[in-house]
Amino acid sequence: MAAVYSLYIINKSGGLIFYKDYGSAGRMDTNDSLRLASLWHSMHAISQQLSPVAGCTGIELLEADTFDLHCFQSLTGTKFFVVCQPGTQHMEILLKHIYELYTDYVLKNPFYEMEMPIRCELFDINLAQAVQKDRVVLLGR
Amino acid sequence: MIGVGKIKQYSNVLDKPVSKGKQEVSLMDNIAELERRLEDAGYTVGARVLELLCHREKGNRRETRLLGILSFVHSTVWKVLFGKVADSLEKGTEHEDEYMISERELLVNRFISIPKDMGTFNCGAFVAGIVRGVLDSAGFPAVVTAHFVPIEGLLRPRTTILIKFAEEVLRREARLG
Repeated sequence: MAAVYSLYIINKSGGLIFYKDYGSAGRMDTNDSLRLASLWHSMHAISQQLSPVAGCTGIELLEADTFDLHCFQSLTGTKFFVVCQPGTQHMEILLKHIYELYTDYVLKNPFYEMEMPIRCELFDINLAQAVQKDRVVLLGR
Repeated sequence: MIGVGKIKQYSNVLDKPVSKGKQEVSLMDNIAELERRLEDAGYTVGARVLELLCHREKGNRRETRLLGILSFVHSTVWKVLFGKVADSLEKGTEHEDEYMISERELLVNRFISIPKDMGTFNCGAFVAGIVRGVLDSAGFPAVVTAHFVPIEGLLRPRTTILIKFAEEVLRREARLG
């Protein structure tokens, strides 16, 4: 059973630039994932306005009955979020690691255009390794 | 009024003049051009690196033998540029004038994923240019190219810098014995 169901990366204007599905439960087609990404982007922005506390940086964790959604926003406005099993530990660390992989294999790639969908082989390879390692650690416990 | 034009209305859409259409820019030309420019950029680096290293490392001694200059490139130049010596230096089996420097992963290629539609483009062309610059300035004219070599059991292909020396180099080498 996969602990991580899916990973989304959205650019600063809310467009989906990367989507990866790991569990069979939440599989959706391209249009749905695009719609979900822009929905999340708007909700994230609205939550910053609604917050009673000043200096709120948006939703970091959404807990539901059947899944958890962890979101990480970089200083540049790029959002990384994972949908995972409820109660999965260390998702923030995974998100920070994915952010590192993003800066290494996507941003340092001269062929990548900013804000465009990510089509970098090296990023895919290393991401698969990171999630796999994570899965092994979680299931091994 | 100046500059007010009137758009001609065509009754039948078939009467409209056909537009010239977008200029077709061949991707092949672009890739070859890009590779050539990368290599030229490397060439200027190579020429300067030779001068610097000859003065710094070798005490102004000049290499006259083929193997000498090759091992110089393989060890000294690589150490200074990339922090380690190259993985291997091999002599080509098919032709007398071919030598290969192999590297498991070139520093310049470490974070670069080539898009699928660029085919066999290799950013190692920059390093090939550096090697060509060093060899040319040392008096060993050669054609240097970078190639990906897929290896069994390794996810990423190895990069090989193929050096093909000019005729005169081999003749001179034969004369020197």
